[in-house]
Amino acid sequence: MKYILLLNDEEKRWATMPNDVMQREMGAYQAYTKALEEAGAYAGGNRLEGSTTAATVRVGPDGRTSVLDGPYADTKEQLGGFYVIEAPDMDTAIAWAARCPCASSGAVEVRPIAPMPVAV
Amino acid sequence: MNGAPAAHDAVERAARESYGKLLAFLARRCGSVGAAEDALSDAFAAALERWPVDGVPRAPEAWLLVTARHRLFDRMRRERRAEFVFERMRQAARDAAKALDEPAGLGDERLGLLFACAHPAIPAAVRAPLMLQVVLGIDAARIASAFLVAPATMSQRLVRAKAKLASAEIPLHVPPEADLSSRLDSVLEAIYAAFSQDDSNGNDSRTRGLAVEALWLGGLLADLCPNEPEAMGPLALMEYATARSPARRDAAGRYVPLDEQDVSRWDSTAIERAETLLERAAAMRRIGRFQLEAAIHSAHVARRFRFEPDWKAIVTLYDDLLARTGSPVVALNRAIALGRLHGARAGLDALATLAAESRLQTYQPYWAGLAHLSAVAGDLEPARIAYARAIGLTIDPSVRHFLESRLARLASE
Repeated sequence: MKYILLLNDEEKRWATMPNDVMQREMGAYQAYTKALEEAGAYAGGNRLEGSTTAATVRVGPDGRTSVLDGPYADTKEQLGGFYVIEAPDMDTAIAWAARCPCASSGAVEVRPIAPMPVAV
Repeated sequence: MNGAPAAHDAVERAARESYGKLLAFLARRCGSVGAAEDALSDAFAAALERWPVDGVPRAPEAWLLVTARHRLFDRMRRERRAEFVFERMRQAARDAAKALDEPAGLGDERLGLLFACAHPAIPAAVRAPLMLQVVLGIDAARIASAFLVAPATMSQRLVRAKAKLASAEIPLHVPPEADLSSRLDSVLEAIYAAFSQDDSNGNDSRTRGLAVEALWLGGLLADLCPNEPEAMGPLALMEYATARSPARRDAAGRYVPLDEQDVSRWDSTAIERAETLLERAAAMRRIGRFQLEAAIHSAHVARRFRFEPDWKAIVTLYDDLLARTGSPVVALNRAIALGRLHGARAGLDALATLAAESRLQTYQPYWAGLAHLSAVAGDLEPARIAYARAIGLTIDPSVRHFLESRLARLASE
């Protein structure tokens, strides 16, 4: 089963972080990624650019388009990255989420990835 | 109205002291843990409403039982249960009335309840959560958080498990003498699991919310089985672990490993309680796994009186424990103790035999132990790799920071 871990953290905290703390945080993420890989659980992941670089797009029923600056959800914590992991069940996926450094600085949302419908 | 806080305290105390007793009493007589739970939670809600206004009743347990019994009757009437259920309920009401008149009161059927929760037909991972819920009335969401499980999933598992309780499949009573000791083991394991939950993630059981409740369950079990030395094991273990918890963080909130803890910050009364329990158990001369583990803790806290823990005794105890359990986790702890007794190289040699254990690949204490021994032995590159693995597997941020500082110290060497 594949699961996605959505990493939500305060961008402000990262923007104002002293260099040595930043180094340590990056090291913790690298160690976490490596632990996932060594356990055969890593199936992808990336950091995202800051939410100010986001644009949100909608198309109305009449075809009218709207594009807004910023992310879809305006919250205290912003989506800042994700992992895709391979895990036998939701309990294991939650255990991996708890080990993610983001779980102790922000919050990690865990979602099972739905299987793709088979094309006919 | 200065009675209100006192009334709230009384409800809280009743919840801890009486919840399991009342539940065991009602569930055994109405044949459904779920129905008994609903009735009891109504009774506690009524207590929260009435006691601050009317005052705390003279016999709070009796008040709760009578109220819960009314709720059960109402429910049965609403659901138009078959006549035999009514008959069972009438019997329950008569028993309850009689129990309340007798000086011994309700009696205590909680031991049967604990055995039922750890019954072989209940999946091992659900036993500890089930005990916390049916004996202490803790809600599924809190249990789920402590056990790192989604709340909806935890609720489902508890509902499924409770459907089995009180049915013919799992009776709510203490098993016959012949099965007692093997069944007692699963009760002990579940109580200790409620305390330590999953300790594979470099987490600190003390901080995980249900440690106090687990300690209480351990005390209850030790009281209910005064002639079973092993039943004192988990309580002694939990007392030792709790005693050391004030020293596990320094003034700045940083994690301090066992070796470096300031022994003056250990809770000596808790240690004395643990030592007394262990001595009482030992006097019965039937050793078991939990007594051995508690004895290892005892050898560690001997550091209060001497410069070093008694590593020789600790290794010998681990040898015995390993022979009994065959557990890779015990083998790991034994290797770390060997490293203290005969030097890091001896510890690393013992660890090498565990390298292929698949269970240890994501077990944080394995990597932390390997990192430490490698660093002491001067194997710097393996130490770096192992520290990074341990960091990547750690849940507790203060433990993670501790490991990061150890890794940084290596880099500067």
